[in-house]
Amino acid sequence: MTGSQWELPPELCCRPMAFVALTGLDVVYNAVHRAIWDAFCANRRADRVPISFKVLPGDHEYPKCRTKRTSYEWYIPKGILKTGWMNKHLNLVPALVVLFYELDWDDPQWKEKQSECATKVEIVRTSLQSRNTKVAVVLIQKKTPLPPGRGLSSERASALCHACDLSGKSLFVLPHTDHLVGYIIRLENAFYEHAQTYYYTEIRRVKSHKEFLNKTTHQLLFVRHQFKTAFFSELKQDTQNALKYYRTAYSLVHELRAHETNMLEIKTMAGFINYKICRLCFQHNTPLDAIAQFRKHIDLCKKKIGSAELAFEHSAWMSKQFQSFGELFDEAIKLGLTAIQTQNPGFYYQQAACYSQDRKQLAQQLCQVIAGVNYPSPDPLDTQSGGLDFYGQRPWRQGHQSIDPPDAEKEKTGILALQIKERDVPHSELIIALLSNAVAQFKKYKCPRMKSHLSAYNLLLDYVMCDYRTERWWGLLTAILTTALRCAYLMASIKDYIIYCMELLGRASTLKEEQKSRIEKNLIKVLSNEVPDAEPECDPSSASAARSLWNDRTALAGSNELTIEVQDYIPFIQCKAKFQSPSFHVDQPIQLQVFLRADCPHPVSFNKLAVSLSNQEYNQWCVVESSGQDSMTVLPGKTKCYNFSFVAKTEDVGKKIEMTGIELMLGSDSGRCVFLSWRGAGGDAASAHEALQASRSSRRWGRSIEAHQELDWDSLTMQHSTMIISRVPKISVQLSHQPPALTNEMYCISLTVQSQEEAVAKDVKLTAGLKPGQDANLGQTTHVTLDGSEVCDDGAPALLPDVPLGELKPGEKLERCVYVKCVSTGPRVFLFHVAYSIDTAVEGRHIVCKCHKDQTVTIETLVPFEVSVKFVSTKFEPLDRVSVDIPFLLMTDILSSSPWPLLLTSSSLQLLTVTSNTPQLQSQLQEVVLQTGERASECFCLRCPPQTNINNTVATGQYLISWRRKSSSPDSPLIQTTVTLPHVVLEMVPLYIHAELPSFGRVRESLPVRYHIENRTALVQEVEMAVEPSDAFMFSGLKQVRLRILPSSEQQVVYNYYPLMAGYQTLPQLNISLPRCPSFNTQALRRFLPQRIFVKPQGRQPDDASIAAA
Amino acid sequence: LVYIFNVFFSQNYPLYIRSVPTQNELKFHYTVHTSLDVVEEKISAVGKALGDQRELYLGLLYPTEDYKVYGYVTNSKVKFVIVVDSSNTSLRDNEIRSMFRKLHNSFTDVMCNPFHNPGDTIQSKTFDGIVSGMMVQTA
Repeated sequence: MTGSQWELPPELCCRPMAFVALTGLDVVYNAVHRAIWDAFCANRRADRVPISFKVLPGDHEYPKCRTKRTSYEWYIPKGILKTGWMNKHLNLVPALVVLFYELDWDDPQWKEKQSECATKVEIVRTSLQSRNTKVAVVLIQKKTPLPPGRGLSSERASALCHACDLSGKSLFVLPHTDHLVGYIIRLENAFYEHAQTYYYTEIRRVKSHKEFLNKTTHQLLFVRHQFKTAFFSELKQDTQNALKYYRTAYSLVHELRAHETNMLEIKTMAGFINYKICRLCFQHNTPLDAIAQFRKHIDLCKKKIGSAELAFEHSAWMSKQFQSFGELFDEAIKLGLTAIQTQNPGFYYQQAACYSQDRKQLAQQLCQVIAGVNYPSPDPLDTQSGGLDFYGQRPWRQGHQSIDPPDAEKEKTGILALQIKERDVPHSELIIALLSNAVAQFKKYKCPRMKSHLSAYNLLLDYVMCDYRTERWWGLLTAILTTALRCAYLMASIKDYIIYCMELLGRASTLKEEQKSRIEKNLIKVLSNEVPDAEPECDPSSASAARSLWNDRTALAGSNELTIEVQDYIPFIQCKAKFQSPSFHVDQPIQLQVFLRADCPHPVSFNKLAVSLSNQEYNQWCVVESSGQDSMTVLPGKTKCYNFSFVAKTEDVGKKIEMTGIELMLGSDSGRCVFLSWRGAGGDAASAHEALQASRSSRRWGRSIEAHQELDWDSLTMQHSTMIISRVPKISVQLSHQPPALTNEMYCISLTVQSQEEAVAKDVKLTAGLKPGQDANLGQTTHVTLDGSEVCDDGAPALLPDVPLGELKPGEKLERCVYVKCVSTGPRVFLFHVAYSIDTAVEGRHIVCKCHKDQTVTIETLVPFEVSVKFVSTKFEPLDRVSVDIPFLLMTDILSSSPWPLLLTSSSLQLLTVTSNTPQLQSQLQEVVLQTGERASECFCLRCPPQTNINNTVATGQYLISWRRKSSSPDSPLIQTTVTLPHVVLEMVPLYIHAELPSFGRVRESLPVRYHIENRTALVQEVEMAVEPSDAFMFSGLKQVRLRILPSSEQQVVYNYYPLMAGYQTLPQLNISLPRCPSFNTQALRRFLPQRIFVKPQGRQPDDASIAAA
Repeated sequence: LVYIFNVFFSQNYPLYIRSVPTQNELKFHYTVHTSLDVVEEKISAVGKALGDQRELYLGLLYPTEDYKVYGYVTNSKVKFVIVVDSSNTSLRDNEIRSMFRKLHNSFTDVMCNPFHNPGDTIQSKTFDGIVSGMMVQTA
């Protein structure tokens, strides 16, 4: 008995289709017939009617119909359903036999052919004997058919029908023309109708038996008849009714009296009917009905185990039920049904697998007893026909329906035979296939955990362990590890065995202490190259096989070194390492700590601990090895700490040193060496989470390591890398300067370097200047030099690199001045970097250290002073335009904005176009000191020479100021600041008048005034002058005069004013007009004339003089 | 009768598992673990639809042959799962719901304990008591 015994028969699983037999076709030699046959069977798509065709010879013998029983009174049925019945109606007994015959209506030998056809029909009829199968005739004609009802054809058709004893509906004509497929489809539809009537009559026939049955003896027949009706309905394509009949049949099956002998038959039939019901439900798109039916089926059948000795059969049957339902479900999904996460075929495959596992267990139990028994002979499972008559019966007592087995001895051998067969079934393969199906389904419906769970059975253990480890389900992890350990033991796979042991001993394992201790002992045995004890729950026979495997392994020389990456597991030795500090100075020894902790019940000893670092040259310092006999030991639950220290190389300054791995050697060279290797600074799959939890709790409680004497393992953090930084410099760098800097000045920053080293600092170098990384424009506008004696030019750099300063003895002091010229204002950051090298000794090793000290300073640059310049007339009135050849004044004003006193050494004018009105220009600002906010002004009298050609605006020149800070040393360079004078607009005046008068008058004293009138044109000018009377003055002279002035000459008019009142007095107004050219604005001339004069009161002195004169 | 009470932290590792009877416990663990698939699927489905107006009770997660698995998720994604024998028909949806509510309240009390470190397994006698009480009451 193999698994295939439980397979559903194919005739049950297929979709029943009406069976139509075609006769009279010679498909081998006749091309026309071949074409007709091809048209029938090719392209049978869903839109064609469901018929299965078969070509049979004309004299084919159909299965004989047994004589119909007229009374069921004494009939006792032998079983529920005959094994051949379904096949008989699907493939052997046709619903319709179609006779093809080549005959044209106008055939010359019509009579002969007609009788031949009638004979053929008769042959078919006789071979069908008493069956209700219909017969139809198809005439294959060469000519296209005439319209019906025409003389010859209708007459001959009825004649033929009569001869063959056919109804008119059963005679067809098939013209063999171009439209063959169209005709065939029409023929098919006609055949389909005939078939349906045939099945209808069959249903009626089966139903008619019912009245002869009685409930006591014919229970089996009730089921059989219902099943048959349903099956015929299905053939008729009446699936709704079929479903109804199947449901009735199903309830009838369960009404049968069940006992041990017929249990298998009942279950088999129930399974068949259930399958049909579920199938139809899915077909009707009512999957919930299907599921409900299936649940009911399972609930009803779960307890019907049957014979206890063959209990595995029940499991096999259950498994098959689930599997076939799963397949139906899956098929329905392929046809468009949508499944959901909680209801998909996967669950059914899973259950099927479960039952297969039960089957395996039961089979193991039940078949143990028969070990060594020979297969009984003669074979009780052999039947004469080679198969069973009824579904689900025992081969050795077919047709037997009473409660007790007929022959106890036969029963025994039968069961024995079944058990022996079962023993040879490859259960595991079946289980794995089912599980794979289920896994595929769960993958489809997003059940990753379900998938893992099933994969666990499928022995994809490593993969699953990883899942459970990350999800922190320790219980499940332990269970799988235990299984895996057993496997590893049985396969004598040393590496796996060690890994699983390690993890089972670790803190994630939920095993009991004594189990752990057993595993640890085994592990120690493996490490000393001995055979470990067998795992519990192992089959004794396989355990002995494993033992010999282990013996082979241990005997094998060499290959006794193993490296295990433990990072991704949770091993029983935990390891964490850290550098004592995130950075070390190059002159300090680098300190490193490795913490080990064991979670196993017994102390663990190891022989070597090594840390590997990113720079492998340091590795030699980070190894500890057991010396001789005494090995290093870690006690359970205790933390052990190993310290390493080494000196970094000076080349590594500025670099990072990382731990790349930690290796721990268990065992010894004599036995077996196992290297546990951690990447980075240790830790394992669970430690990150533990550290997180620990940090949470310590944050709350401020639980610190000091409070607990014992080191808190979980809160121990790993420090896997450290920086090597340069030695701390022992020099001081001081800057002194007077901020802010002033634009363009040579700003002096004095730098003092003092050594506090104990040795000579060699190769001292200074880098000074603008700190890199600031605004690019600052680099252009900043100049740094060491030479303060003169103002540096634009070629000086912004940063002076590596200025050698020589050596510095201990305690020696060194001073340097750095001059900075800032062309633009704003803040700047300056960097002063002093580097040197020195010899030192660290732990007895001499190294040359490079040290450096940086000092930065931010300096603001300000404008030292503001200069304003303006042109005014000689009367100090602001000028908007300058008249040619008339003197005017230039006023300059310097306002100091520097916080430090400024010394203005001199100033000068560089004139263009205009010239000085005075013989030599002399600066009025010689050695003037300006405090903050003070002003210094100058005034120059200038004149524009007459020959200047007048083109609107002209440049007038520059104003130069030389200055320095007052506090700076006298020999420091002077800074020249240049101010460009404003441009002026020039104009010509035709007439110029100016007065010549004393600077003041005195009451009642004569005040002579001379007016000069100049003609600046090349024409003779006539001028009328008049003096208006004034209250303050009496005057003598021409009151009104008319003058004529020649080109480029002048006339003088003299008046004698006599002041009458003291104080500022308005002079008598002089009115000038040019009668020849009245358009000339004489008002413009007035601005050249003084308006007022100060008149002093009459003094006493003249009196004294007069007294003296008297 | 079988009852299993579970509490999971948001990362899906168990904070508390209790089952009666204790034999065959491993199988229950698997059942509960696999039920988390459905829980996650349900949460993600709901999350899309209706932000925080979420019903905490997830209802029957899936019926297996022998057990019914019910789920409940708090707003902080702590999951509760109860597994009962499917033959036990006396437990209706409402009873399960109130059991979950009680469990949630008790869990909140545990979390309020200043000495409890969230994420650690629950070792509270009160919580144990409440769970045992429910087991007795429904048995």
